[in-house]
Amino acid sequence: MDLLVVLSFEALKAVASLALISVGLAIIFGMMRVINLAHGEFLMLGGYAAIVATKAGINIWIATLLVSPLVVGLIGVVIERTIIRFLYGRPRDTMLATWGLSLLLVGLATTVFGNTTEGISAPAGSLQIGDYRIAAYSLIIIVIAIAVFAAIWAVFRFTRYGLIARSTMQNADMAAALGVNPSRVYAVTFGVGAGLAGLAGGVMAPITGIVPTIGAAYVAKAFITVIGGGPAILAGTVSASVMFGAIDQIITYLSTPVIGEVALLVAAVVLLRFMPQGITGRFFRRAA
Amino acid sequence: MIMNSHLNRRTLLKTGAGAAAGLGLASIGGRAFAQEDTIKIASLLDLSGGLDAAGKPMQDAITFAVEEINQAGGLLGKQISLITYDTQTDMRLYPQYSQQAALKDKVSAVFGGITSASREVMRPVLRRLNTLYFYNTQYEGGVCDRNIFCTGITPAQKQSKHVPYAMNKWGKKIYTLAADYNYGQITAAWTRKYCTENGGQIVGEDFFPLDVTNFGSTIQKIQEAKPDFLYLVLVGGAHQSFYRQWAAAGMNKQIPMASTTMTIGGEQMVLSPEETNGILLCFNYFEALDTPANKAFLDRFHKRFGADYPYVTELAMATYQSVYLWAEGVKKAGTAERMPVIEALESGISLDLPSGKFSIDPQTHHCVMDINIGQIQDRKINILESYSQQQPLDTSGVCDLKKNPDDNSMYVIKV
Repeated sequence: MDLLVVLSFEALKAVASLALISVGLAIIFGMMRVINLAHGEFLMLGGYAAIVATKAGINIWIATLLVSPLVVGLIGVVIERTIIRFLYGRPRDTMLATWGLSLLLVGLATTVFGNTTEGISAPAGSLQIGDYRIAAYSLIIIVIAIAVFAAIWAVFRFTRYGLIARSTMQNADMAAALGVNPSRVYAVTFGVGAGLAGLAGGVMAPITGIVPTIGAAYVAKAFITVIGGGPAILAGTVSASVMFGAIDQIITYLSTPVIGEVALLVAAVVLLRFMPQGITGRFFRRAA
Repeated sequence: MIMNSHLNRRTLLKTGAGAAAGLGLASIGGRAFAQEDTIKIASLLDLSGGLDAAGKPMQDAITFAVEEINQAGGLLGKQISLITYDTQTDMRLYPQYSQQAALKDKVSAVFGGITSASREVMRPVLRRLNTLYFYNTQYEGGVCDRNIFCTGITPAQKQSKHVPYAMNKWGKKIYTLAADYNYGQITAAWTRKYCTENGGQIVGEDFFPLDVTNFGSTIQKIQEAKPDFLYLVLVGGAHQSFYRQWAAAGMNKQIPMASTTMTIGGEQMVLSPEETNGILLCFNYFEALDTPANKAFLDRFHKRFGADYPYVTELAMATYQSVYLWAEGVKKAGTAERMPVIEALESGISLDLPSGKFSIDPQTHHCVMDINIGQIQDRKINILESYSQQQPLDTSGVCDLKKNPDDNSMYVIKV
């Protein structure tokens, strides 16, 4: 019984991690249709921001939950203004540009931080569940993921910015005709997506450690989750995370981490074969 | 246009030929000069990338050994010049740099390679190009090749002491976590052998590719299997997160750990004391060795690299000592040429080095050395037990270079 609790807890943590690393991409790719191949590097930068801030003596919670998203969000706005805004509606060019950007960011991080694994210890100690002990930090990841998704949903559903952003993504010309400045909305939305990626990078840093090339480990999973999720970005990301995270974790427990990853990829291929539009292309069509 | 290009091509050819001749002469002259002046050796180590934590101290050690020998007057009246290649934890660079060291630099010997996989890439290249090779990492044993000398410890020297010691201390049920390549797989097999021979039981065994960072479900599996201790053969930067996650789950206070690799990258300095306290180690060298030779070495080393130098690792010491073994071979042979040096080294060279008496076993080209068990406490390593002059029995069971000098195999020893 304890084991079941602990295992479902681990699975929940995997789901939460997957949802966190994908949510920034869900906004940038799912909503803005920008194929951002530098998404993994945004996570990497978030991780470094958290580690540098923590080592500089800033409280680890402030570092991961505030410094990481702010730093990467600002970087995101700068990148949108200097690169991405010239490429809207040109997916192939965007891919090339963001791929180049990803190589550039890896190179810069290697120059600045060295090609070494940096890490910080996870805060918050451990919890006892029956005979088992788990890291309390896992629980925190789950809570953060829920809070992030709730906040995004609320912002897009209830605020003026959310309404304007959604309308601009649907029809920029019409939004402009109604007095909205689409260019600014794009910049802010890209910044929000980048900031969420940064937040995820910061939150994951104590678990995985950070190297300049860690983005490669994230970017594929994030794309698979967002594409598997389909057109409704929040419901899609959550449902795809639940499916892939649970499969990965259960198979990992039954066999090895390698087979777990393979199972995740097989599940994604099968899913897209039967639902090319993703999960929310078939179910929960009316969800946000 | 056509005329023009024809003319251009002709002039180009002429100048080109002239330049090539000039360059050729220069390089011949340069080489002749270099041969008179210095003896060249090369180091091929990962100074960046995932294995840099292990590689950098090894580079410091080889630099230090070369400087010491040069300050003492060099070898055969010549200075040693060290050519450094950073292999960047990239398997493609090992054969490339091995070729450069052998063909372009024409070095007398190559020192390096960290993982067993990289060694097996370098070894055939250096053998084919007749360049002597020193491999200075603890490894799974079984290399049988007259062109290579292995100064690292092998399972018969290490696990044969480490596993029973830990079992006596903590109990008979072992859970093994290992890196998923030849070193991890074979080391896990040796662990199983010494565990069952001593009446123990392996209750779990998991292998991880070098880039795995999430050990969450493994930690649950371990708790379910309830071992008396963990035997860890984890390698590289990504695997460090295991120690963090283990401590974050509070397990560091529940189940003790023995590790074959901890501290070879100075991990005890990067991780917090709570994450590493109590880990049981087994190596040839620890800084805590209480011998005059070691104390003098540490004094000299800290003068050169600063009093705050993190730690002279097992692999660094093996690298340092391998240069001295090679130098002794060169002195004895009276030349730095490959075959005479190999023969001199095979005559049974034995030196008193910082890690104690260190001798080459002519039959296997491995080394006979002291083995020590240590335990980490607050970033320091205390020595608990010492075993003097251990033979590389695993490799000598399958390899006899005296009988079969042309052997060129990597034996996977049946455990």
